[in-house]
Amino acid sequence: MNLEALILLLYVLVLGSYLGFELIAKVPPTLHTPLMSGSNAISGITIVGAILASNELGYTHVSKWLGMLAIILATINVVGGYAVTDRMLKMFKKK
Amino acid sequence: MNIYIQFAYLIASVLFIIGIKKMNKTSEARTGNQLSAVGMLIAILATVVQVEVLSLIDIFICIIIGSAIGLYVAYKVEMTQMPEMVALFNGFGGLASVAVSISDYWLKSQENNFDIDIITGVSIVLSIFIGGITFTGSMIAWGKLSGKVNGNAIIFGGQHPLNLLLFVASIVASVLAVMYQADPIYLLILTALSLLLGVLTVIPIGGADMPVVISLLNSYSGMAACTTGFVLNNNVLIVAGALVGASGIILTNIMCKAMNRSLVSVLLGGFGTTSSSA
Repeated sequence: MNLEALILLLYVLVLGSYLGFELIAKVPPTLHTPLMSGSNAISGITIVGAILASNELGYTHVSKWLGMLAIILATINVVGGYAVTDRMLKMFKKK
Repeated sequence: MNIYIQFAYLIASVLFIIGIKKMNKTSEARTGNQLSAVGMLIAILATVVQVEVLSLIDIFICIIIGSAIGLYVAYKVEMTQMPEMVALFNGFGGLASVAVSISDYWLKSQENNFDIDIITGVSIVLSIFIGGITFTGSMIAWGKLSGKVNGNAIIFGGQHPLNLLLFVASIVASVLAVMYQADPIYLLILTALSLLLGVLTVIPIGGADMPVVISLLNSYSGMAACTTGFVLNNNVLIVAGALVGASGIILTNIMCKAMNRSLVSVLLGGFGTTSSSA
């Protein structure tokens, strides 16, 4: 990676972090656990990296197997995370 | 990279932002979560279209296995077990980051004999370090809440000096892993050290304080995803990871204040002592 690309990615990082700080400043206590669970599902975005990592032909490569393991783990994180959050928030509406 | 894929990643990032924003209000929270799920689907589809046709079947099989496990666990748990579920899922996310980064390192240094440049190298070791702590830390948190591990604060003499020593050793292993890429042993040592540190930083914390720790570990998994984005030069990983990393820290702070704790003492992993005496 060259320095120019790094600077652009750092911009993305800094602005994204600031947004993250600002977005949840006024969250009510009842939503703490759902928010934690929902943002946990978002961190499963590693699945994108996992798919790219497993995009290697041939089965003998360590990198391919690690990529496929990462897809399974990240999918559990994403699918389970969103499903659990949805279940929690469904309870909220009944109350 | 294809412009359409980049555009899809942009839309996904916007959906994540709107989704988190909506989760601040009880009335809109469910829609917010669904929007963020749609964003994730768009990001996954945009990634799948760019892979080799021959890899597609493997990728789909892995996604189906992961979805089945995720859905089964998500619908089977009791509502009272939610925090430990979050911890479990979070740990898997952290381990996924570790696996992606080792995979990238292995592909370049062992299988293709490339030189990994220093920026990518630093991103790889950071991703492995943070992801490893997230994985074992979350597993201990899950074990404590579900009663599989002793829920009390486990404290022994020299805990902090030991953690510091392991932390310094991790830095040394990281530097060696970036400098000597021909030998993967340093990277594996770093992985082992981070896994050990994850266990050691969470065992001294009592069960009642676990939700705060899980929130912090959730933030870590976001940072791990973010550093993975630097490894792969991928914007959507960085945006989503930064959002989770930063909002996770703020949420941890809010939860700390509600429980009369300081964020620094959580970060140092020693606040179980004050909780048992309080």
